[in-house]
Amino acid sequence: MSVAEQIPAPAPVADSIFRRNLRTFMENRLAFGSAIMVLLFVLMAIFAPLIAPHDPYATDLFRRLQPPAWMEGGDWAFPLGCDALGRDILSRIIYGARISIFIGAAVILVATTIGILAGLAAGYLRGWVDVVISRLVDILLGFPYLIFAIGLMAMMGPGLSNIILALAYKEWVIPCRVVRGETLVTRELEYVEAARALGASRWHIMRKEILPNILSPVIVVATIRMAHVIILEASLSFLGLGVQPPTASWGAMVADGRAFILESWWVSTFPGVAILLLVLAINVASQGLRDAFDPRFTE
Amino acid sequence: MTVAPGETLLVVRGLRTVFDTRAGSVRAVDGVDVTVRSGECLGVVGESGSGKSVTFASVMGLIRKPGRIEAGEILFDGRDLRKLSPRALRAVRGGDIAMTMQDALTALNPALTVGTQIGEMIEAHDDDLPRAGPARRRAIRDRAVEMLGLVGIPSPQDRLQQYPHEFSGGMRQRIMIAIALASKPRLLIADEPTTALDVTIQAQVLELISDIRVKLGMSVVLITHDLGVVAEHCDRVMVMYAGQVVEEGPTADVIRSPQHPYTRGLLASIPRLALRGQPITPIEGQVPELIGLPPQCRFYSRCPQAGPDCLRPIEMVAAGPGRRARCIRITPRESRS
Amino acid sequence: MSLTRLLERLFQLVPVLLGVSVIVFVMMALTPGDPVQIMIGDQNVSPEQVEQMRRDLGLDRPVHERFFVFLGNAVQFDFGQSFYHRRPVADVIIERLPATIELTVVAMLIALVTAIPLGVLAAVKKNSFPDRIATVGSLLGVSLPGFWFGILLLMLFAVHLNLLPVAGRINFGVSQGITPYTHFLLIDTLLNGRLDAFRNALAHIILPAITLGLPMTAILMRVTRTSMLEVMRQDYVTFAEAKGLSRTRVIFRHALKNALIPTVSVAAIETGSLLGGNMIVETVFGWPGLGRLVVESIFVRNYPLVQAAVLFYAVVYVMLNFFADILYTVLNPRVKL
Repeated sequence: MSVAEQIPAPAPVADSIFRRNLRTFMENRLAFGSAIMVLLFVLMAIFAPLIAPHDPYATDLFRRLQPPAWMEGGDWAFPLGCDALGRDILSRIIYGARISIFIGAAVILVATTIGILAGLAAGYLRGWVDVVISRLVDILLGFPYLIFAIGLMAMMGPGLSNIILALAYKEWVIPCRVVRGETLVTRELEYVEAARALGASRWHIMRKEILPNILSPVIVVATIRMAHVIILEASLSFLGLGVQPPTASWGAMVADGRAFILESWWVSTFPGVAILLLVLAINVASQGLRDAFDPRFTE
Repeated sequence: MTVAPGETLLVVRGLRTVFDTRAGSVRAVDGVDVTVRSGECLGVVGESGSGKSVTFASVMGLIRKPGRIEAGEILFDGRDLRKLSPRALRAVRGGDIAMTMQDALTALNPALTVGTQIGEMIEAHDDDLPRAGPARRRAIRDRAVEMLGLVGIPSPQDRLQQYPHEFSGGMRQRIMIAIALASKPRLLIADEPTTALDVTIQAQVLELISDIRVKLGMSVVLITHDLGVVAEHCDRVMVMYAGQVVEEGPTADVIRSPQHPYTRGLLASIPRLALRGQPITPIEGQVPELIGLPPQCRFYSRCPQAGPDCLRPIEMVAAGPGRRARCIRITPRESRS
Repeated sequence: MSLTRLLERLFQLVPVLLGVSVIVFVMMALTPGDPVQIMIGDQNVSPEQVEQMRRDLGLDRPVHERFFVFLGNAVQFDFGQSFYHRRPVADVIIERLPATIELTVVAMLIALVTAIPLGVLAAVKKNSFPDRIATVGSLLGVSLPGFWFGILLLMLFAVHLNLLPVAGRINFGVSQGITPYTHFLLIDTLLNGRLDAFRNALAHIILPAITLGLPMTAILMRVTRTSMLEVMRQDYVTFAEAKGLSRTRVIFRHALKNALIPTVSVAAIETGSLLGGNMIVETVFGWPGLGRLVVESIFVRNYPLVQAAVLFYAVVYVMLNFFADILYTVLNPRVKL
């Protein structure tokens, strides 16, 4: 706003163009700012022990359900207040970022790797490989995501690596479909035909000729899916099927606070704000990424 | 209501339609004058981007953002359409002035039956329909069947329930014409009515439009890039280039002795109309970008007769009986021919 | 669409459904812990009796045989006994189903009723204030964790403002004397002529339904807006305008009818994802439906019930996707299956 006020009013004809350019600029800045925010969350997760003001596991019954600093009975040493065991909520949110981001990144990494391999194989080799992979994809798409993950967690039991597995088992389907579709198109292009005519091996063609050309939609999809995976992990943790206590995870923290919503709203509220901010930032940034990298999908 | 033959039906004066883009305002139509007399067929010729379609989209009030009409009067039957209320404009649009588009496949709504699409046109513009009830529905249906029959759709009553994709390309074009004519308009604007069709069907559709024009006594504006089509079907012709009218006059005269170098170029590029003994030659170069044009003849860069005296705004000048052209090289001898 | 084509499509579901049941079976067959031990719990049972139970459950047979028994039983809707409830699993599921269906349908209705008008408004007034609100809203809608949003709503409307109840489907006192004709409370209360109970049930369902429907609202709004924008650019919308139809008719009859094709099929698919959301929302709002039952069953290791429910959800999900496909074809006369 202030920028607009400082610039002298342009001629009436150019006005709407000026505004549209400014808007485009601001939209880009929004995506850029969101990317910075995601980066800040990542840094927060990495340097959690240095940033967190308190030990996230240190209980203090005298500080049980202590309100945030600006409320009566608050203390600036515990800015967002304390939970039912007197643990500092801010420190637990900072440590909780580690769980969300680590699981989100791990699931996307595993799923994208599998998805690329399976998608390339299905799209380039065709034949029975394609039939098998596509059938498996169809079957996995037959499960609502959360229910599939809940079923797996019920079977495998809670734990960090189990969550990653439970989510990755289904998540790979999404990059796989993207890669397969792109590969089907790319394999018919002239330069791929040329490489084939020159006698390049199938592995070489898939890796060197096709993969680099389909990477940008894959990256775009991966960032968009990251936001979903973080919400899914938080949902599992909320249901008690995720990382086990006392490990700080945002979903579980929201669940912990449910018992106290009558009096101590802050216990549930702040971890949820953290989830919202991170997911929103990833969503906005990935939309900007999509506009820049893959303008085909832009509205 | 009815205008005697030969009287002016549509007059456009100084029309300027621009499209705002990031690079600046594109003057798609820049100071265009049009006159259509009742009962006549006016051919409007030009390359794509010459502004011929935008001119008549402006007349119909169909310019949407980022486009806008910047200046000009559009007088239909003496009323300025730009000053009408939206409601009054809607009555004229579709009612008095109807329009067909280039490709019926995209112009007909794929999700509505042909019957619905004709019926709503009748319903919107026919004030003589019964007020309500089955009588009204039957009247609309009968009119729709009559219109489909008029444009030569076999067994029309059976086809009202069909969707556009169930017809062939030529039939779809006829249906679109039937829709446009269903309100008994006084002016039909046919925007490239044959471009999307096979050659054999092109002739049929043009014959159909000509026949109906005579039968209903309406005026037709035939927008095309094909001077040959104009030569066969139009009384008068208007040649557009880069958002301006460069020449207009009776079709036969214009084709016999074109005054503007662009018109000559157009004629020379069409085999069957090329002047006897002259080689067929395409016009060199391209239509200029319509942003920030210098105040000079717009055909300057492509004109074989261009000189330093063309580097100023060129006005339309009289070029013989009922003829005008936008060129300073018009010779008195030719203009009297 | 022909009946044979429909049957063919239905037949294509068989391998998917078979694969889904294999996965569900494997999921549970690999579950650590001996189901018999879980069933016995703390009771004092002799080793002979344990062996007998093992045989009764077919656990002594090889895995592939067990799968076919499981599949055979599943087709007959027999999922064994719920140890926890000491009743057949199928009975427990059927008992909980109406609450979940009622919640899902209301959530879906809320989503459709808000998303479509907002999407149309945002598209028609592109880049206006309502459009920007809609864009931000849809972004928030997909970014908000449902469980947290539900708790916020509870804190605001139930705790702080004390307007709505905190949990459950209906107050116990109010629900007395209502004959359960359909087991859908919103319908049963009306059938019994109990407006007070209807209001009570409505007050209970409103927050969970909003929470459940929020992501779907966001997605549908975005889909509607995008496809409206796409459709508004089409020639047939311009042609409809050229016919002089009212703006309402152009937007709702010509544009929306086409724009709704993707919206409706996305809605059918998204209804499937509401199934997953049910677990969360029912847990947050203490809604006595299937979703909460599943979550509770995991913690009491009531695995047959979890298995049956996961299979049930998957089958419903596959069927919803199938119907989305069919719906798409029915709505879109151009696509021939």
